[in-house]
Amino acid sequence: MPDALYRGPPEDGLLIAPLDAFTAVYHRASGITHLLTEPAPQILAILQERALSLDSLLDRLERDYDLADGTREALAARLDELVEAGLVARL
Amino acid sequence: MRHAFSVRIGPIGFRIGSDWRAPIATLETLYRNYPGPRDGVADFTVRLFARRPWRRFVRPSVEIGGDYMLPEAAPLPLRQGLLAAEMAMNLQMALGVRRYLLLHASAVERDGHAVLMTGISGAGKSTLATLLAARGWRFMGDEFALLDPATGLVHAFPRLISLKNEGIAAAEAAWPAARMGPLLRATPKGDIRHMVPDARAIATMDTPATPALLVFPRYGFAAETRPVPPAEAFVRMTQASTNYVALGEAGFRGLTGLIAQVPSVAIDYPDGASAIAQVEALWSAL
Amino acid sequence: MVRVVKDARVLARALADPASIAGLDADGWTALLAMARAEQLIGTLAMRVDGLAMPAAVKAILDDAREAAEHGRRAALWEAEMARRALAAVDCPVVLLKGTAFVAAGLSAGQGRSIGDLDILVPRESIDTVEAALLAAGWEWVKPDPYDDAYYRRWMHELPPLIHRERDRMIDVHHTILPLTARITPDPVALIDDSVTLENALRTLSPNGMLIHAAAHLFADGDLAGGLRNLWDIRCLVEEFGTDGLAADAGRHGLSAQVARSLRIVDALFGAGEATGIDRLYVRRVTARDGWGRPTRPVTRLAFYIRSHWLRMPPAMLARHLWTKFRKA
Repeated sequence: MPDALYRGPPEDGLLIAPLDAFTAVYHRASGITHLLTEPAPQILAILQERALSLDSLLDRLERDYDLADGTREALAARLDELVEAGLVARL
Repeated sequence: MRHAFSVRIGPIGFRIGSDWRAPIATLETLYRNYPGPRDGVADFTVRLFARRPWRRFVRPSVEIGGDYMLPEAAPLPLRQGLLAAEMAMNLQMALGVRRYLLLHASAVERDGHAVLMTGISGAGKSTLATLLAARGWRFMGDEFALLDPATGLVHAFPRLISLKNEGIAAAEAAWPAARMGPLLRATPKGDIRHMVPDARAIATMDTPATPALLVFPRYGFAAETRPVPPAEAFVRMTQASTNYVALGEAGFRGLTGLIAQVPSVAIDYPDGASAIAQVEALWSAL
Repeated sequence: MVRVVKDARVLARALADPASIAGLDADGWTALLAMARAEQLIGTLAMRVDGLAMPAAVKAILDDAREAAEHGRRAALWEAEMARRALAAVDCPVVLLKGTAFVAAGLSAGQGRSIGDLDILVPRESIDTVEAALLAAGWEWVKPDPYDDAYYRRWMHELPPLIHRERDRMIDVHHTILPLTARITPDPVALIDDSVTLENALRTLSPNGMLIHAAAHLFADGDLAGGLRNLWDIRCLVEEFGTDGLAADAGRHGLSAQVARSLRIVDALFGAGEATGIDRLYVRRVTARDGWGRPTRPVTRLAFYIRSHWLRMPPAMLARHLWTKFRKA
């Protein structure tokens, strides 16, 4: 079975307001407001552009945001939270 | 319905119908300086009614209804009819307003800029607004401040001020000439007395203000002031707004705009005089 | 011109013939708005009279109602999407019902409509898999009461209602469109076979299927609470799709009388028809609302309430049901 792909909302699908350590995110499709901490806003920004597998996402986070300290397991856990919140769809 | 009264408070028009004359007579007296709804069409209908016809006379008990209702709303005895009317009007506001983000806050204004005071019941927001108004601030409301997401301005909602328990004496001392409603003893919220806002508050209720300060007061502690981080202020305000979710995108824009625009400060206070001094000191430092 | 508002016929007229609002004065508008709110038709009314001349205060109220309906539409579509994701791995058709189906398919019946729970229809043999998939995706039982639960599973046409623990929204999963206790037993297999696939692979009933479901729900299942809104749905579906083959389809499900009656009442309320005989009672029931938004005609209402339980259950079981409810109340 190929790796699952993860996809974020369309480019205009989110309103983002950085507050402090938290970022308020309004999800247009659901009308739900989420409060996120790093690296969730970065994950969403990447997955809004295109669908990626877990490993490709890990690469992009390291390359674009210098978030090299996260493990694959930790990222998978964050992704699961975003999937449950409906912000990310598992394809 | 048998008896009816219409009134406009700030931008919101109400039509109140009742099976009894008494609550309507009280409303007519206390709201006599207020205008009627715009174009004669109320935004919300409120109904005070007897569940069974004979309950108009036998142990009369006032059921609360209207455009928006809560199934669990308990009836009140007829002598608390004014409270029933005010609760029903608040309910319409909490569940029905869409044009404005409804902030559960009292508000006072000076030079076109508003201080919003929010907090749980008993935090003293009504009393504080009343005391500040006695010192020359314009009273905008003791329960709801209406934030227009399109302009960022806050609109007044100067309904009758709902004073509770020890707040009653404090407000009476600050406003000895104010017109008062009947003293309602032993309501579900303790002793309650309604006070008519001062003439200026009513005359200027259509003038909005720019929010300048967001205060989270807490009564019964030694005087202390601390800044509230933006995320905490945002979350507390989403909880203090009954229509944040219903407004969707407009609510998000309105509230994140407010949090970015004004400082948020928590104040603990032991008594009214301290709180006044704390708020005015924060104001001077803006 | 000042009209005396006697019942919700004034609301039905405003929906069917929006230009009829031209004669309303301030009190007439106030009454119409209160009725429309009480019948959960304020958003529909707002869409229908949009752009016509009206007092500024009324326009502001109706603008709000349209906004609220749009928000409701988005929330309903999101619930459908979340159900779709949860059920993607279950290999069975998932048919959206009622309001969610109308907005998902972009039908006129969905314009401004208030939408409550998410209702879906799935094949009976898939119901256990569907239930397990929803529970795994965050839905939970609403009622822990064992009597209600056993009652639902044994006699109703749906699972006991589920609510999502995060989003606080309900889903009703049906495997047919009337309770198994009702004397009429529509054919859910045919309804699912005839259903129409949407872009996202969710389905709606066929136009005739939607009409038959609306009529079944109104006359065979319900006590006509919310009847005016249901009849407006039917009126919109007929206007959009016509009634080709409807009588034959209704016959296949044993719902000929209900569908025919619903068309007659729609014509009496929203068209040029005149209700006669028993139909007049139905019209009296669905328009029993005054200008304060209060329910009126308590005797007519009670008669329809008892009738709804009578229709759903054989008498002995009805007695048992009301007795159990009574003891718990």
